[in-house]
Amino acid sequence: MSAPAETRIIFKHIDEEGYSNDIACYQKHGGYEILKKSVTQAPPDIRDEVKKSGLRGRGGAGFSCGLKWSFVDRKSGKPIYLVVNADESEPGTFKDRYIIHQDPHQLIEGTMISCFANDVKQAYIYIRGEFPEGARILEKAIQEARDAGFVGKNICGTDYSCDIFVHRGAGAYICGEETGLIESLEGKRANPRIKPPYFPAVLGLYQCPTIVNNVETLCHVKHIMDMGADEYLKIGTPNNTGTRIFCVSGHVKKPGYYEFPCGAVTLGTLLNDVCGGPLEGRTFKAVIPGGSSAKILRFGEKFTIKNKDGTTKEWTVEDIPMDFDSLAAAGTMGGSGGVIVMDDSVNMVDALANINAFYAHESCGQCTPCREGSLWMKKISTRMVHGEARPEDGELIKNVADQIAGRTICAFGEACSWPTQSFVAKFGDEFKTYATDKKAKPADSLELV
Amino acid sequence: MNLKPETLARIDEVITHYPEKRSGTLPLLHLIQEDLGYISDESLEWIATKLELEPINVYEVVTFYPMFRRKPIGKRHIKVCRTLSCALSGGYRTCAKFESEFNTRLGETSPDGEVTVEFVECLASCGTAPVVMVDEVLHENVTEAKAKEISDQIKAEAAQRG
Ligand SMILES: Cc1cc2nc3c(=O)[nH]c(=O)nc-3n(C[C@H](O)[C@H](O)[C@H](O)COP(=O)(O)O)c2cc1C
Ligand code: SF4
Ligand code: FES
Repeated sequence: MSAPAETRIIFKHIDEEGYSNDIACYQKHGGYEILKKSVTQAPPDIRDEVKKSGLRGRGGAGFSCGLKWSFVDRKSGKPIYLVVNADESEPGTFKDRYIIHQDPHQLIEGTMISCFANDVKQAYIYIRGEFPEGARILEKAIQEARDAGFVGKNICGTDYSCDIFVHRGAGAYICGEETGLIESLEGKRANPRIKPPYFPAVLGLYQCPTIVNNVETLCHVKHIMDMGADEYLKIGTPNNTGTRIFCVSGHVKKPGYYEFPCGAVTLGTLLNDVCGGPLEGRTFKAVIPGGSSAKILRFGEKFTIKNKDGTTKEWTVEDIPMDFDSLAAAGTMGGSGGVIVMDDSVNMVDALANINAFYAHESCGQCTPCREGSLWMKKISTRMVHGEARPEDGELIKNVADQIAGRTICAFGEACSWPTQSFVAKFGDEFKTYATDKKAKPADSLELV
Repeated sequence: MNLKPETLARIDEVITHYPEKRSGTLPLLHLIQEDLGYISDESLEWIATKLELEPINVYEVVTFYPMFRRKPIGKRHIKVCRTLSCALSGGYRTCAKFESEFNTRLGETSPDGEVTVEFVECLASCGTAPVVMVDEVLHENVTEAKAKEISDQIKAEAAQRG
């Protein structure tokens, strides 16, 4: 079967021969025309258009962008800030990097339209510290846009002014969480804030109303203003509009990034047809569909899905349409779009131990259940891998995870519990037999911890 | 403290990006680390004074973010991604190759002071795993063979420097 054609909107020019990241090239391709058009409109009309488009955030939670903007406190008299979340640190996710490197002006245009729509006078791009090159590219692009009158004073000759600055993180995953990000931008440790009262839309950066949006989300805003909400709505499925970039990594023949309308491909089509299927002589074993904190799916398992009319249908992993709602119906999430694939060479205890090492390292340490729990999960799973597994360890580790989720300041608690809970639920046998059954670990498996 | 004039100019400029000086903490730490190689006690205090903070405010930031270091490292910094997608593609082997090429261990600097090898978490390039950053340059699909090539290159550059 041949792979279905992609619908590239955000990634239209990524890897295109002759396309460069300077402003001349961007403008030759129609760049900044949408901003020019947008600044002649009334800001509330743009907000309505974005709301009508049904755009859902691409940073992880899939929350409605229009609704988030509608929460902004516009009466406080305080300045409103917009922060671009370019932290991209969820393992398995690598889409924002390519936008920043190859098409930074697309992000700047989307950001400026969003700033204008929300009466923002100052925006920051919070970029992870590991992207020094990306930060330089953005700084250069912003300067080009400033010189051309698209950023800074009197944008496109209007009396609207708004500047953008780049702010670099320094290697901490928790800076991706929006309130941790705000603390970090204020020059502190990235300790997430308690919501309420610190909803960014009301008490965000410098205690002012603040919008935090993902890089890809803000690029979508540009295209919504280009094609109009009605046209945008036609892409994807109801409540899951627009395209989605899937970052596929791990054990497939053709890992990489692919853009499709939400729900237009199933997980099976994505992995088998688009990504060329499993490596030679291997079979798929498991897949994490939305960044490492999403719950894992086991090939061969079945899902009973309720239709709207009350009837039910059965799905295998291969049948799940790649959109927010379908993945949620299958008990996992679309998350950040990072699809991590594992074949039969992988032992699940090893894979979980690798993930747990990540979360234990990245907990900010404010909440006892998260700080201690993530470390215990790491210690137990690592101990298992290093030859001291006990048959009851699977249950033990799941027990720890159960004590974290729902008991913490931020969603990192869930992010670190879900892998353990789902791995043990779906591969409980492997956790049980790890202590005794040498066959449980394929002889040719790679070291993961 | 001997900061380059261009570092000092950048510092004064970057502070103007924010309505509150404290926001300059991370940018100043980056600039000073790039200039001097690490964050000394003296740098900590200098930043605190510059931003009208207490030294503890800067110290707590330095100890939170993995990229800031309190000690000098090797001339070259090799950061190997250890997270799942890279590990699934052989990232641990890649790391071992660098360790053996430079006769050093994870987290340590080679005896000749040339390189420091470290594991880091996901570098957001999982589609081209395993990935490695050498100083500020990302290398993709770093198999053991490619790790050898990179190592040879680093050694050649070191030899040229004399
Ligand atoms: C632990 C944690 C890590 C996160 N990391 C990121 C990230 O790296 N990038 C990102 O855009 N959002 C991340 N998020 C989601 C953000 O908190 C926030 O929801 C998002 O930036 C909002 O943008 P959106 O509505 O455009 O998706 C993370 C959330 C949590 C709880
Ligand atoms: S859940 Fe974890 S990461 Fe989030 S605030 Fe608590 S300790 Fe920090
Ligand atoms: S897992 Fe190594 S770059 Fe993402």
